[in-house]
Amino acid sequence: MDASSATPLPVAVIRTGVANLASVLVGLRRAGASPVVTESADDVAANAAVVLPGVGSFAAGMAALEQMGMVGALRRRLLDRRPTLAVCVGHQLLFESSDESPGVEGLGVAQGRITRFPESVRVPQLGWNQVGATSSASLVRSGEAYFANSYRAKTPPSGFECAMTDHAGPFVAAMASGPVLTCQFHPELSGAWGSSLLSRWVSRASAFETERASSC
Amino acid sequence: MLTKRIIPCLDFAASRVVKGVRFQNLRDAGDPVELASEYARQGADELVMLDVSATTEQRAHAAETVASVREVLPIALTVGGGVRAVDDALRLLDAGADKVGVNTAAVDRPELVSEIADRFGSQCAVVAIDAARRSDGDGWEVVTLAGTHRTGIDAVGWARRVVELGCGEILLTSWDRDGTRSGYDLELLGSVSGAVRVPVIASGGAAHATHLIQAIEAGADAVLAASIFHDAETTVGSVKREMHEAGVCVRLDTERGASSLREATA
Repeated sequence: MDASSATPLPVAVIRTGVANLASVLVGLRRAGASPVVTESADDVAANAAVVLPGVGSFAAGMAALEQMGMVGALRRRLLDRRPTLAVCVGHQLLFESSDESPGVEGLGVAQGRITRFPESVRVPQLGWNQVGATSSASLVRSGEAYFANSYRAKTPPSGFECAMTDHAGPFVAAMASGPVLTCQFHPELSGAWGSSLLSRWVSRASAFETERASSC
Repeated sequence: MLTKRIIPCLDFAASRVVKGVRFQNLRDAGDPVELASEYARQGADELVMLDVSATTEQRAHAAETVASVREVLPIALTVGGGVRAVDDALRLLDAGADKVGVNTAAVDRPELVSEIADRFGSQCAVVAIDAARRSDGDGWEVVTLAGTHRTGIDAVGWARRVVELGCGEILLTSWDRDGTRSGYDLELLGSVSGAVRVPVIASGGAAHATHLIQAIEAGADAVLAASIFHDAETTVGSVKREMHEAGVCVRLDTERGASSLREATA
């Protein structure tokens, strides 16, 4: 499907306060979407597609979501598998907890705990690393993606198709389930490969919304 | 496996690249937007832009220049120069930077590194260290204000300190080698990269691919170069192929990525 010639998919991008928002917005526009920045829980509940961009830390991310009163709405749409993209720390927030912020509860949509890379490698992991997809028909395909992270999920949670990367052992690079996509890497900074992934997500999200509208 | 990064650097003031740039196939050789997209096309892994504005009038245009570059750039962008407070960093991030670099201001007030790391995360806080060999030959000292001020601060100790403060990446420039085309200061590079556990970008002195390979072997995680790319002596792609042949793990499949983008948007 051609995402760029159809009506652009409206995408609500959550303003977490500390993300590289400009890069995310440019990346989404390049992928054929029409992104709008939001701080509203209603938008998160009602919008066709939502993006949770990377934020400074696990605790800062959850605090921002709580302050905007959108934890419930975001959790609901992830559980319902409605079109949602989460990037970097956004991806980590789906899990139950993180070593980065002990005592802070994540969204808990994916089982597991986020842990820090060991001292045997340079931290943060900054740069391009190989992503291995489960199949060539997956939303996330094999290729090289740009990472900027000190923490990661080591074990793929159930309920998602996971692509893996290696940095001092395997970790979850991306998770997909229907129109939900979460990436530990930054698709908006991953060159043509990342732009192509964003385009596929926008197409999948558009198709999902079209189907949902026609079945109502 | 994490690949080694090749990072072209653009020195800019207001809306123009200021170092001599002699690309042949560009309409306007001093336009940062055209240079940035050309480097991305060649396979650059990231881009660094350093604001070298001499006046506040020039500096006022930095954010809009960054925003224009962001529009065409699908890779990470680090912007440095003139960042003296969290608000300066925020302005550049809002314009489209993914990481910000601090240099002289961090030496004047080291807490700035913590403030940026606490607010935006360590992965966003790059500290640029300009180091010159001490006149007695014993180690290196930090120089600031574009090399005009010798601080007496030990460069390796300063690298350790900024990492403790939350710095997530060091951009290490050898003041002795910068512009000499005699290769990176490998001894300095080995000392700093051995002293910290964050990634280190080598800068200053590159003339050809062999110098970049030597820097990686000395412990650099990434190599920055300006004139060898600006002068169109070589391309990022050709440097990467030479590095690959020398056994350095680099990202080569930009062509494959480009073709899958065409499929996705066809």
